[in-house]
Order: sequence, then structure tokens, then C-alpha cells
Amino acid sequence: MRGTPPTVPPEAVNVGRDLGALPVETIESKGGWQPVNFAELWRYRELLFFFAWRDIKVRYKQTELGAAWAILQPLATTGVFVLLFQMLMGSGKEPTTPGVPYALSTFCGTVVWQLFADGVSRSGESLLGGTHLITKVYFPRVFLPLSSILTCLVDFAVAFAALLVMMVCFGRAPAWTIVAFPLFALFAAAAALSIGLWLSALSAMYRDFRYVQPFVIRIGMFVSPVVYATAGISDALPPWAMFLYGLNPMAGAIEGARWALFGESALPGLVLIPSALATALLLVGGMFFFRRMEQTIADVI
Amino acid sequence: MLSDAAIRTENLGKQYRLGEFDPRKTFRESLRHWVAAPVRRVFSPGKAASARRPRPSGSKNETIWALRDVSLEVARGEVLGIIGRNGAGKTTLLKILAKITRPTTGRAELCGRLGSLLEVGTGFHPELTGRENVFFNGAILGMTRAEIRRKFDEIVAFSGVEKFLDTPIKRYSSGMSVRLAFSVAAHLEPEILVVDEVLAVGDAEFQKRCLGKMEHVARGGRTVLFVSHNMAAQQELCSRVIWLEDGSIRTDGPAQGVVMEYLSTVSKNQELRVWEDVEEAPGSDVARLCRACVRLQDGVAGDAITIRTPFVLEFDVLNLKADAHLHLSVVLMNSRREIVFAALSCSEPGWEDRRFPGGLCRYTCHVPGDLLNEGLHHVRLVVAKDKEKSADFPDILCFEVFDDPQTRGGWSGIWPGAVRPRLHWTAEFLSRSTPPLS
Repeated sequence: MRGTPPTVPPEAVNVGRDLGALPVETIESKGGWQPVNFAELWRYRELLFFFAWRDIKVRYKQTELGAAWAILQPLATTGVFVLLFQMLMGSGKEPTTPGVPYALSTFCGTVVWQLFADGVSRSGESLLGGTHLITKVYFPRVFLPLSSILTCLVDFAVAFAALLVMMVCFGRAPAWTIVAFPLFALFAAAAALSIGLWLSALSAMYRDFRYVQPFVIRIGMFVSPVVYATAGISDALPPWAMFLYGLNPMAGAIEGARWALFGESALPGLVLIPSALATALLLVGGMFFFRRMEQTIADVI
Repeated sequence: MLSDAAIRTENLGKQYRLGEFDPRKTFRESLRHWVAAPVRRVFSPGKAASARRPRPSGSKNETIWALRDVSLEVARGEVLGIIGRNGAGKTTLLKILAKITRPTTGRAELCGRLGSLLEVGTGFHPELTGRENVFFNGAILGMTRAEIRRKFDEIVAFSGVEKFLDTPIKRYSSGMSVRLAFSVAAHLEPEILVVDEVLAVGDAEFQKRCLGKMEHVARGGRTVLFVSHNMAAQQELCSRVIWLEDGSIRTDGPAQGVVMEYLSTVSKNQELRVWEDVEEAPGSDVARLCRACVRLQDGVAGDAITIRTPFVLEFDVLNLKADAHLHLSVVLMNSRREIVFAALSCSEPGWEDRRFPGGLCRYTCHVPGDLLNEGLHHVRLVVAKDKEKSADFPDILCFEVFDDPQTRGGWSGIWPGAVRPRLHWTAEFLSRSTPPLS
């Protein structure tokens, strides 16, 4: 620099650094369908938690009630439907999980649904919200929708604690199957991610899809067993129709969660299997689609 | 010279679509495209392949190559400067190397971890405190949590905002948050660092410290790609500079030479223009302009002209028609494109009917000192034969008139006016009594 010849041999500058071991990275124009690069995701893993950590910090700083919102929303929804169904159908005749008070069954449904709904809306918006990051720095873009889901899991944990308190109030002990509950929470989170991946990628390219997301959540709440239980409709529908109903990922997630928590009925296989299949399909498809879109996103967003 | 390269690119190119991106329209187009694709394939199988290319109709006019055929090798430990006008492809090149965007053609090989600094304070969130932002910003720039912890005190000390670490940065002044952001960036230690015009922010004193830090990084054996319009910084920091123009490398060489060449071309000043070959010289079938020059009365083109100094405008005109009534008109405009004056050669006493023989003739227009205001000035030249316009050269010359502090009388603000003549002032006392005013 500045004309002074380097007095130190270049090798000496890099002492302690194994020159041969430096990773070589190739940047190419190749596009198209590619599998998820898990090795890279692992390398960047710390950043994923930084994203989630930042989102949670910001959200809790901006709201006065903070974590209370995670409880208030499902609580209010449950309250409204308890009153509604009591008036419409009379006390004790609400569409509940057999052997479980309606309020409890519905609160469980709304808590799991909330995880999905928040996950879809936050991850669906995540790429658009991260435009300034996407155009300025590289990181695996999937971290944006993924970290949104992680922050929803924090809210979910708070709401779940409230659910347990409510069970105590109703004088019920959780069934031993509760050990499987986290599995169904992950099921709901995976369902949210699978749809969030598609929506975030599509809405980064076409803003039309921003309007799809509230629609999915509004309609989804009624075609999923949130404020009712599948027990009420399974008698009225033939098995093939139940299978179709089960293709909604949240049908399996919510009914599975109820089974794990209350342990009143048998595992609802007819709903669970198609739900799991649909989620897996959506998720794998979403990952591929996201990877493909990831390559051009900085140019089109 | 180091034997192995840190960066190697081959025919790197990037094509962008031009025009406003209308998502609704493209969504409809894409939808029609998808729906129509199977139909097309059935009815015209031969064309299917070409139909798969996105939007073939008129796409030629809608695209631009932001970067084209850039092949480059940067040795490990080298500090490479990148210069060029806006839109020359500098940022695009950095964005491709930083993996933010994909090249359309070609490939690049990077040896080692790459950190990019395309903006100061990427990911800064106004609600978070200074401390929290340091962590998130560091992470997004590629530091590990352990690394940030280790350097945290150093980063904070460098920024000088220790007292406000636990204040949300929305309460910071813009200068403070820039300092903090740059401090984080300055402590990045990847093997390859790409930096885009980040010195444009911050105050002069802090900029100096940043330059010092950058130099330190460069001496530490790291490979640095450095985009900046600050030519002094380029010469200071870089051993080698590439000059990008219209997406391609125009010159690649030692910093000093490339920067000088760039400056001489980019500089808006056009104080001397010469056309050696008469065939090439601009003009009409009546006259050709072979040379135009603005210079001090007793100097050469390039000498500084101040508001006080007389100067001349010289035009060498080749008269192709013998005994022609060939006269020049000069229009001088300031940087706001206001006409300061217009001067005609035929208004010189006795020149009204003067005719000129064929051949080369030098016309000189003498402009007195104490006339123009400071700033950039443009000259338009019109050549007229028999009082009819024959050739017009807008912006034939362009030069800077510099201020002379001694004429300012203590006033240091902007001096208004198209001209700044030195006028004579007098004062005479009419009465010596000062009546008491209420």
C-alpha cells in the first residue's frame, strides 16, 4: 500500500490461519429447482435465533401488555363462542370433544389455531418486511419465515401455560398422553411454515398474495375444528368426506392436540393421516418453491 | 504478489429488466403463461422450448446489462478499488460477489469467508437499544455471537457512544447511530471484505478514523474490494483500481494511474478541445472548428480562472469559403443555465462588414476580470456566415471560475447574482450632525 513494499512476507501475515483450509465458494448463474442446503442453514444457525430474538424484543417493547396478548386473544374468542353456542344450542349441547367441557375444548382449539394463524400471517409478510435486509446482505432467506414461526412458538408457550391453568380451574388433570402434545404443536407450526413459505415467496413477487393470507386465516378457522370438535361432524359425514376434511393440515393438528391433552377418545387417525400427508406435501413443495424463488428475490422484491 | 487468488471471476454478467415492475400485470401475464403452456406444447411442440423463455415479446428493449463479461482476479491480501460513474455496475458486482443477487452469466470463485458492507447499519431497529443493535447488526454481517461478545468493548469504544448503550437508537442523533453502525462493520474480520460507498456518511473526523481502520484491515492481509467516489481514499487505500464503465472493465491497473485517468475524463471541465484531423472536426460545409480553448490571458488551458482574472476564449476556425463574412457568437451560461452574456465578433468596431479569407483563423474573445461570479460556466459557440447560423456548438467549453476570498469584504455566504463586477463605491458626508432620535 502506498508504494511501500511489504516488508513482512505475506505468509507471515496470515500466521495461525491455515491457508489451504479456507472454504472455496462458487457463485454460478445456475437457477431452477434445488434442494434445501441444510449444511448452509446449519452454518448460519446462530442468525436464525438472532432473527427470532430481535422480533420478540421489538414486539414486546412496542406493546404495553406484551405476553398478555397471547392469552387475551384465544380467551376472548373462546368466551364469544361459549356464549354463542350456549344461546343457540343450550348448555351441555355445544359441539365439544366428548367428555370435555366446551370452554376447555374450544380454548385448546383456539390456542393451537392462534399458533397457526399468527405463524401464517407473520411468515407470509416476513420477506416483504425484510426487504431492506434482503437487498443489502446475504443470509439464507428461509430464516425470515422460519424465525417468524419461532416467535409465534414463544407466544404459544405463554398461551399453553394459560391453558394448563384453565384445566386446573375446571378440575381436570392432563392425560399421560400430554407428552405427545409438543409434537402436535410442532405439527401446527410446520403447517404454518408450509403455507408461510408459499405465501411469503409469492407475495414477494406478486403483491396479490398479500390478500390471500387473511382470507386463508378467516376461512380456515371455520373449516378447522377450532370452535367445534370433529366428533360432532364425523357421525354426519361418510369416511371419504372425513378424509377430505382431514386434508386440512390444521384438522389433524388440533384434534391431535386435544387427544394428547384430554386423552378422552382414541387417536383420530382418519383425520390425522391425511393432515400429516397434506402438511408434508405442502412443506416439501414450499421448500423447493422457496429455494427457486430465493435466487431472484433481491431483484424482484 | 501472492500466488493464489482470493476472488476469481469469469465473464460475470447481470441482466436486469427495465421499466416499472407492475406485479399485477406480471402476475396476470405469468398466469396466462402457465395456463397456456400445456396448450402451446400440444399444438406446437417445436416451439415449446422457445415459448418457455420468459416474455419473449419485446423483451429485448426491456432489459439492460448492468454488468457484462467481467473477468477479474484479485490476489489474497490485495485491496482493490472500484470506480466508475453511477450505474456503471459497481454495486451490482459487489452484490453478485456477496451472493445477494445471482449473475445472469459467468461464474465467480471466492476463497474464504466474505463479509459485505453495502450499507451502514443494515438491520438497525429504532426500538432496540444500542447494545442490542450491535449484536443483531454484527450477526447479520456474519459475526458469531462469541465473536461479537469478544469485540463488544472495542466496538463500543471505537464508536464513542458508551453512555447511550442502553438507550433505544430512535433517540440517537443520526451521527451517533452511524458511528455505532460503522464501528460494528469496522470490526468485521472475514477473509474477504466488500465495501460500498460507506464513507459518504458521518462527519469528517469520524471518516478519518474509519479510513485509518480500513487501512489497518487492509494491512492485516485481508482482501478488500472497495467502492468509493472518494478518489483520495482510493489512492490512499488501494494498490490497484478497476474502472467500470457501462458494466465492463474499462481500465485495470495501479491506483494512481487509473484514478488520474478517470478524473481527467469524468471532470466536467472542458477547457481545451482539439480536433487534429480536419475531416473529423465538427462544423458545416462553410467552416470547421479545429480547436476551442479557455485560458488565462497570459496562461494555458487548465490554469485556474478566478473571478478577478481576465481570460480569453479562443476558437480556431477553418474557413472553407474564401472571402466569407464569417463571424462567431459566444453565449456564456452559468451552472443554473442562465445566460450571463452573449458576445458577437461582428460587434467589434469596424468588423461589421469584415470578410475573412479561406483557411485557418484564430478568433479570440477577451473577457475582462471582475465580471463573472464563481462557479461552473458553459460556453455555446455559434458560427454564422452572412448573419445566418451555419454551425452551433452547445457546451463547447466548460470551466470553473474560482472565488477570490479577498474580494468578499468579510462576507462568507453565497454570493448571489449572475455577474460579480467589482464596482466602485464612494461616500461623501452631507452633514456632520447626528440629531437625537427617539
